Amino acid sequence: MNLSDCSAVALGRLIRAGELSAAEAARWALDRIARHQKENNAFLTVTQELAMEQALAFDAAKDKPSHPLAGVPAAVKDNICTKGIRTCAASRILGDFVPPYDAHVMERFRESGGVLLGKLNMDEFAMGSTSETSCAGPVRNPWNLEHVPGGSSGGAAAAVAAGECFYALGSDTGGSIRQPAAWCGVTGIKPTYGAVSRYGLIAYASSLDQIGPIARTAEDCAAVLDLIVGRDARDATSVNAEGNFLRNLTDDIRGLRIGVPAECFGDGLDDTVRERVLAVAGVLRDRGAAVEACALPELKYGVPAYYILACAEASANLARYDGVRYGRRPEGVRSLDELYCASRSEGFGPEAQRRILLGTFVLSAGFYDDYYQRALRARTVIRKAYARLFRRYDLLLTPVAPTTAPGLGESLSDPLKMYLGDLYTVPVNLAGLPAVSVPCGFDNGGLPIGAQLVGPKHGEQTLLNAAHAYQRDTDFHTRRPKEAAL
Amino acid sequence: MNWETVIGLETHVELSTATKLFCSCSTTFGAAPNTQCCPVCTGMPGALPVLNRRALEFGIKAAFALNCTVQSTVRFDRKNYFYPDLPKAYQISQLYHPIGVDGQLNIGEKTIRIHEMHLEEDAGKLIHDPASKRTGIDFNRCGVPLIEIVTEPDFRTGDEVVAYLEALKITLQYLGVSDCKMQEGSLRCDVNLSVRLKGSKTLGTRTEMKNLSSFRAVLKAVAFESRRQIEVLESGGRIVQETRRWDEAQEKSISMRGKENANDYRYFPEPDLVPVTLAPEYVAVLRADLPELPAARKARLMRAHGLSGYDAGMLTGQRALADFYEQTVALGASPKAAANWIMGEVLRALKERDLEAEELPLTPMALARLLDLVASGRINRTTAVAVFDAIFDTGEDPEEYVHIHGLEQVSDLELLTETVERVLTENPKSVSDYRAGKQKAFGFLVGQTMRALGGKANPQQVNALLRERLG
Repeated sequence: MNLSDCSAVALGRLIRAGELSAAEAARWALDRIARHQKENNAFLTVTQELAMEQALAFDAAKDKPSHPLAGVPAAVKDNICTKGIRTCAASRILGDFVPPYDAHVMERFRESGGVLLGKLNMDEFAMGSTSETSCAGPVRNPWNLEHVPGGSSGGAAAAVAAGECFYALGSDTGGSIRQPAAWCGVTGIKPTYGAVSRYGLIAYASSLDQIGPIARTAEDCAAVLDLIVGRDARDATSVNAEGNFLRNLTDDIRGLRIGVPAECFGDGLDDTVRERVLAVAGVLRDRGAAVEACALPELKYGVPAYYILACAEASANLARYDGVRYGRRPEGVRSLDELYCASRSEGFGPEAQRRILLGTFVLSAGFYDDYYQRALRARTVIRKAYARLFRRYDLLLTPVAPTTAPGLGESLSDPLKMYLGDLYTVPVNLAGLPAVSVPCGFDNGGLPIGAQLVGPKHGEQTLLNAAHAYQRDTDFHTRRPKEAAL
Repeated sequence: MNWETVIGLETHVELSTATKLFCSCSTTFGAAPNTQCCPVCTGMPGALPVLNRRALEFGIKAAFALNCTVQSTVRFDRKNYFYPDLPKAYQISQLYHPIGVDGQLNIGEKTIRIHEMHLEEDAGKLIHDPASKRTGIDFNRCGVPLIEIVTEPDFRTGDEVVAYLEALKITLQYLGVSDCKMQEGSLRCDVNLSVRLKGSKTLGTRTEMKNLSSFRAVLKAVAFESRRQIEVLESGGRIVQETRRWDEAQEKSISMRGKENANDYRYFPEPDLVPVTLAPEYVAVLRADLPELPAARKARLMRAHGLSGYDAGMLTGQRALADFYEQTVALGASPKAAANWIMGEVLRALKERDLEAEELPLTPMALARLLDLVASGRINRTTAVAVFDAIFDTGEDPEEYVHIHGLEQVSDLELLTETVERVLTENPKSVSDYRAGKQKAFGFLVGQTMRALGGKANPQQVNALLRERLG
């Protein structure tokens, strides 16, 4: 059976109907992984035996979980703790760390009958926009192996694009689900902050991180979101969120009011990207939505505020990595200071070190007010700006990134330029809002382009409905990278 | 030169909750190393803190008891520094919004102002093994809830410091929020001390002393450091602002050069914890739930029961003891008798058995009935003490005990008179000795009479009868 064009939900149906076993689906996926892993390096760890074990156990079980995705093989980003399975967030400093516990989302995954194919490659500690800072080598874009897949959930997006798994769990702090989804031609959604428990997510920036799905369709994303949302007593920032997105999914978006912020279509945006994203407005209009221009002048505060706040929180979140209790411990050190310095200098890559130093700086005495406090104020301004817009509109339409995926090795030498590429995605995290990225076209080189829809707090249903409606009338999400390596 | 010592105190108190401040690990003291910890309190990747509601309640109650203004929103901050006993490399504490501010504690002739009091998590314990030259880290203590209480520099003597610590200890014990045992580390105290010329309005450079493990050590440390600083200044030197470790064995403070100035803690609001707004009703309930505090209770007992300041002070020195006393009186015992017996026999019995007042096996009912037996003349005091010792542990009813063992005092006038006559007849020499002026002989005759009656006579009656007979 050829499952290349089978969505996760469709596969779930086949398995439930008994037309396909979980073991067959897992074998299919593992075969794909075997074929593509060398070329795209999407996986950090492939859990072949475990996946087959889980699939066979699922098939043999009398009482199967009834979740729509039961038995469907998937993979998760390597910053999500998986009990008994090496989890290192693509960092040398975690070495061969094996968590003694599962993240909350992994517990849900197991309960729903998910089959785990492995842990996906990423930027180290989720810090990056290209998935080139991994200690295990960069991820390559399945659409063009000389280009990056985006980051930091590059492995997740690439694996879904290459058909190596039927959906993936990524994480998004400043665009890390949406941007790789856009650059790999797949669909991804970052939920409202607090909708999904962060317990077991290796923290980058605590007030910005969220786990979310990357999959082929909005429908798949809805099913995965149902699986993972909801209050968890172990995460004080998690909130009650209802998980009925698949059941309530509709393509009826008549009367939906969509705002298009002018500031998101100004200078610096690639012409083809602009054209393709604006074309999304046309499709949605044809389906009955009302689309009009609006203003978001506060957009310009997004990148500076984000980098100050995210790095500040990261500098504290990454301080626990010292080689003492877990992870890689350097040899031959003779004092506590030497131990700390050696662990962290050898264990962290340059981008992680850069962000830790930046974060330490903005929190330090004499600079806290000018940087951190000011960034907090900018954050409030951004939040209020979105709140103002969402009184008039149900959704906002923007690009995901100003360009399509750059070539490997082009970005890391100019970090500032790389940071500026996050301008459409980071304000969303600062405001704690949900947003989805849908494939909306390709550039002249055949690289995918994504469009972002942003919703108000807990507006995931509206987002998914709009994305679903869009995907009814377009086929960008059905295109597959050429099987070049075959 | 006339010097004045100025002292401020930072006290850390472990709250006696069952579980830690941000996770559900047990806080039981004395467990084997690293058996009471989890991903949260060992700072594993992906672990998150969740606030212990009970610890918050304890903190709020303590803030009220110390007359603080209680913050209406509870917020935490990260205090960042590297040290092996701090697994996250930050301590979750409260800098910007401590739970209580502007409080005070009365220490008799003086009131000490409390600058602020806040909640924070404890660090782990480092255990140095000189033999293997290695240091182990025990995370059992890591995450235990603490309140840190910071005073203004209002102290002028070591005695004031100790008075404050004692008042603080008994207040927090009364609240039931901590057992405040300095020897077990549930009460830790850092002394900030400086000296200045009397009359000066500015503060001198201060040092901070740590590692004080008893009130006596505090007294010695204050005296030592005050003297040391004065000597330095009088010989033309300058005081270095530093942290000093109190060495109990050598009885001196030693500079901790090396545990240096990582003074920039880069505090910022803890993003993993949501600010908690305290509803006024919730706060009101906690405030109303406060037990009567020691000073107020002492005053009331003096007023209502006519106890002396000393007696009331002794009884209210421990909440369990005060409770026991009041319950005994409520059952009909006379305040004076109950006070005497509790301060005397009860405390003695506790000490002999190495028990805390909370662990008293004797019930107020039992003591009240015993005191009633004495008051009504059915047994004498000597017998009462014997009965007390017998029933202290067992919970037997004293009346029953007396009945079973036939310990009732003989009050039968006929029998008493008969016995007195017999004793006088049998001891003619003593009689004549007494008549000749030897007072001791009287006592002997009393003793003989008591013996003849098996010790169960009312001594006052025996006395009276003998005096009558002997003229």
